[in-house]
Amino acid sequence: MSGLDRRWIYLAMMLAVALPILWNGVTGKTFPESPTPPSQACFDAIEALPEGSRVLVSFDYDPASEGELAPMATSFMRHLMHKRLKPVVIALWPLGPTKAEETIASVIKTDFPDRVNGKDFVNLGFQTGNEGVLKVIGTDFRKQFPVDRSGTPVDRLPIMDGITKAGDFPLVITISAGYPGGKEWVQYVSSSNPGLVLLAGVTGVQASQVYSYYPGQLRGMLAAIKGAAEYEALVSAAIDGDRVTAPKYTEARRRMAPQLFGHLLLIALIVLGNAMYFAQKRCKAVAP
Amino acid sequence: MSRSIALLICLVGGLTMLVSPFLPMATGWANDVTDWFNILAAMAFVLGGGSLLKVQLMRLSARGPGWGYSAVTLLAFAVTLWVGLGKVGVVADPSAPMVPWSGKPDDEGSAFWWIYLYVMTPITSTLFAVLAFYVASAAFRAFRAKNLEATLLLATAFVILLGRTFAGVVLTGWLPDWASGLRLENLAVTIMDVFNTAGNRAIIIGIALGVASTGIRLLLGLDRSYLGGDA
Repeated sequence: MSGLDRRWIYLAMMLAVALPILWNGVTGKTFPESPTPPSQACFDAIEALPEGSRVLVSFDYDPASEGELAPMATSFMRHLMHKRLKPVVIALWPLGPTKAEETIASVIKTDFPDRVNGKDFVNLGFQTGNEGVLKVIGTDFRKQFPVDRSGTPVDRLPIMDGITKAGDFPLVITISAGYPGGKEWVQYVSSSNPGLVLLAGVTGVQASQVYSYYPGQLRGMLAAIKGAAEYEALVSAAIDGDRVTAPKYTEARRRMAPQLFGHLLLIALIVLGNAMYFAQKRCKAVAP
Repeated sequence: MSRSIALLICLVGGLTMLVSPFLPMATGWANDVTDWFNILAAMAFVLGGGSLLKVQLMRLSARGPGWGYSAVTLLAFAVTLWVGLGKVGVVADPSAPMVPWSGKPDDEGSAFWWIYLYVMTPITSTLFAVLAFYVASAAFRAFRAKNLEATLLLATAFVILLGRTFAGVVLTGWLPDWASGLRLENLAVTIMDVFNTAGNRAIIIGIALGVASTGIRLLLGLDRSYLGGDA
């Protein structure tokens, strides 16, 4: 058993993930989710904003982390649109603007076609410089983002009226996969603007570090796909009620079944490995 | 002389950033310094591209092991650069329909967009997903309860693994309200909230102190390793 070919483990993991995905696809069922305090705080912070408030949303991820973060981005955008809030989208990662465009196309242009680009939402694109960008937008937002993604000067965009610095936004959301991301937003934006509310959606590997800033500098956070599923359930309950939710708004919850069986397999493998380890140890101890 | 200029730039730039939060008049200066940094960062993209070309071309010409990968890298680099800079397949922007290059290189329908959607996205997603298989194999082979610390780590891992899924609710959802803190999903939150946060905050504070002391050494010219060579 100790010489078990690792390909059997790979096969088991493939089945543990693939079969629940198939089950989801056939039945359309998902597990119920009850929100943990950090996810509930994200929902409450957005609910507390008055209609028409502008929200800075930073897409700080790329396709590698899409599995965990894209469902968060979709839920955030849907919630903002439903509350008639106005997202101003930026990106600190080069591939962030494309992810943002995908989310805008899937949520705003499809389900909220009455919203006008430049007035109700805008994508200002990517800016290189990592935390340097955050340092500057803390005092002069337009210096870093003078035009939107299509080249229109921000001075001509109604959504940017009166916005001179990051602190002018009542709420900032970062959906982040690493550096620069949640930690840098706390250090360079949240800390220097005490009245600003910062929310973060982060990957599982980042969560343990970013958790240190919750609930002080970080008002709420979505940790990995579990956090995304909890927040998605809250948003669906608020918007859809008893109606059937469109599949694109159940992505995170549908990923909880593969996660469950993946985790159970991991535990089984650890237990099995340890059982073998102690059995071998005992054999060695009793051997003459 | 060149090293002295570099040290002077570091000192002036660093001090400007340092005093800007305390002197309102220095805020604009700090933004200017950040602009210089951004320009340097943009130039680093060019340097990075040049370095990639140099290394891969050397590997290719030496025909060492894995030279085929270098060929693929160079081909992908050249094609992506060409379709991006040349705006291949870009649809004209509606505001200037007569100008074929008026659209953005990554607009839907362009070659760059196609490469991003059908090459880059699947490759990066697949590479990330492959981690699940390696983690499973490593869990089986390496995660052993050899001593008390390792056993505690294992127990914590089990609570987090179960508490972050519906299994936690199934296994401990029956616990009465007065014992709800022992439910796996709540235990997972407690571990993250208390033990993880305490440990991470200690690490973060330690790192911050290290960064501050390193920053002072750089500003005073005591640490010149960033200049390269034997400086």
